[in-house]
Amino acid sequence: MTVHLPFHFGQTLLDAAALAPDNDDRPALILTGSSHPPTTVTRRDFRGETVRAAAGLLELGLQPGDLVIIAHGQTAAALFAFWGAVWLGAVPAMMPPLTEKLDPEIYFQSMARLSRFAEARIILATDELAAPLGAISPCPVVPISQLAQAKAQPGLPEGKSAAPEAIAFLQHSSGTTGLQKGVALSHGAVLRQIEAYAGSLPLLETDVIVSWLPLYHDMGLIAGFLLPLVAGIPLVLIDPFDWVSHPAVLLRAIHEYRGTLCWLPNFAYNHMARRIRQRDLDSLSMASMRGFINCSEPVRHESHELFLERFAPLGVSREMLGVSYAMAENTFAVTQTPLGQPPAVEWLDGRRLAAEKQAVPVPPGAPNAVAMVSCGPAIPGTDMAVVDEAHRPLPDRRVGEIAIRSSYLLTEYYHRPDLDPFVDGWYLTGDMGYQANGELYVIGRQKDIIINAGKNIYPQDIEAIVNTVNGIHPGRAVVFGVPDDREGTELIAVVAEVDSQDEAVRREIGRQVRQAIAQQTMVTATYVELVDPGWLVKTSSGKISRRANREKWRQSMGFYG
Amino acid sequence: MNEETIRSKVRAFITRELIRDEHYPLANDEGIITGGLMDSFALAELGVFVEDEFDVYIPDADLTVAKMDTLDRMVARILQG
Repeated sequence: MTVHLPFHFGQTLLDAAALAPDNDDRPALILTGSSHPPTTVTRRDFRGETVRAAAGLLELGLQPGDLVIIAHGQTAAALFAFWGAVWLGAVPAMMPPLTEKLDPEIYFQSMARLSRFAEARIILATDELAAPLGAISPCPVVPISQLAQAKAQPGLPEGKSAAPEAIAFLQHSSGTTGLQKGVALSHGAVLRQIEAYAGSLPLLETDVIVSWLPLYHDMGLIAGFLLPLVAGIPLVLIDPFDWVSHPAVLLRAIHEYRGTLCWLPNFAYNHMARRIRQRDLDSLSMASMRGFINCSEPVRHESHELFLERFAPLGVSREMLGVSYAMAENTFAVTQTPLGQPPAVEWLDGRRLAAEKQAVPVPPGAPNAVAMVSCGPAIPGTDMAVVDEAHRPLPDRRVGEIAIRSSYLLTEYYHRPDLDPFVDGWYLTGDMGYQANGELYVIGRQKDIIINAGKNIYPQDIEAIVNTVNGIHPGRAVVFGVPDDREGTELIAVVAEVDSQDEAVRREIGRQVRQAIAQQTMVTATYVELVDPGWLVKTSSGKISRRANREKWRQSMGFYG
Repeated sequence: MNEETIRSKVRAFITRELIRDEHYPLANDEGIITGGLMDSFALAELGVFVEDEFDVYIPDADLTVAKMDTLDRMVARILQG
């Protein structure tokens, strides 16, 4: 049976939270991982802990409309805090936690800068980080554990302090100069997306969602948290940092809890197919699954084939492969392939695709044939168009920019009146693709943005970091993405000019470049190439061309294609 | 297999497969993940490699940045069997 959603239009997420009955002992959330026993939170307890977190936030003076930043690992306390803030009509935003590779000082500064810019009212952090972050933050930083000390107050506002079009929460999407854009979504938009998406799957009462996705990303926050919570189906949640190092933990969780739905970025198919030890798979079954849904970076046919080949013995079938094209600005999903049917795969003439921007089908074995995997049709409530540079709609099979219009688009970029997300009511995604047979095929990004393991990376942000390393000529560094078949994603390459010919000096500069990137961003550079002055190609206007330098570097490295 | 053979095989694997620069002069105590040479995805790959190459199964609890960040620590853990 398809799931019954306990809300109707005109309501808010507060209503959705309050409507969860307080005598329901079915599991809302199961937190599991490689090195700790699982914790189950019933729907009754989830509601109780949400009310307690809301009471704690109220004691801290949080008011409806106030922004609260949750900079914390993926624990139950962080989920209660998020939902507790929603309960109060405040505006929560999940942000990445500090990790071992990041430089704490730089992390604190970026959190403080974000808080100042967005005028956050409170930051919730771990016990250890609250003091050092609090020392430089413009707003109070409170250990999240403090919220559990509050006395639950059952008389808190239930759905009265927010209008349906008030901002419910922020999702952050990457922006240049290191400052992320807060995608502000209204209660109404989020509920409309959840209803449309649940209907398009369709989500069933018997579904169990298993997720390792970070909640500071739209795919994790919506598909891997709010969708199951609001729909009243169980969520089995794994910490992303645990999954990255121990990918088998996801398959164990699916087996154990009879998972049915799992959203994954494309690189995860390669990661799991290549980096799980056989003995970690012994006696696991994936037969309960309905859909592994590929989302948030361009889908590669080879990644699906690799995944199928490795996990078919566990019961993974082609019919379980699904695809969704999604983005934070549309709350989440734009398209979805029908579950139970493999996504359509087209083979195109790669040369005509690149040169003429035409999607011309050819037989699979033809020279220059490239495989494109369908993202499916638009979900109900989304209009989709592929447009040219003047924003005129293009016919089927012509490549252009993907534009969308829906009833669940963002309200605005939070505190960024300089950024208007809309052109005549349409949101221009910056992604390139084409339509055929009513389905969308995504080719890649319009600009130089690198999509590394599901994360959108602006090359200029990394170039700015490289330019600060001693020995690099400021302004003489270029960063670009290198598609990698083995990893199923784009890897990051840096090419920078240095004066020194001394091999040892160059090695040290290279080390510092890698370290600076690791400490200041969520990614690592795979290739760091230091070259002599004058190596980098400039355009006629004197700018360093990423595209031309990528081609020059690829040829020098023996890369083709 | 002695310590030096293990060290040299692990070093070759890391520079060739993970850093993708066979000439990289990886120091024994160099932070491989904290130094930005590779991300924590590589821990899973290392687990597969160590089992295939040395028939040593490193449990998940030991495949962490804290326990596997340097060549020295990796070699010591492999020697434990």
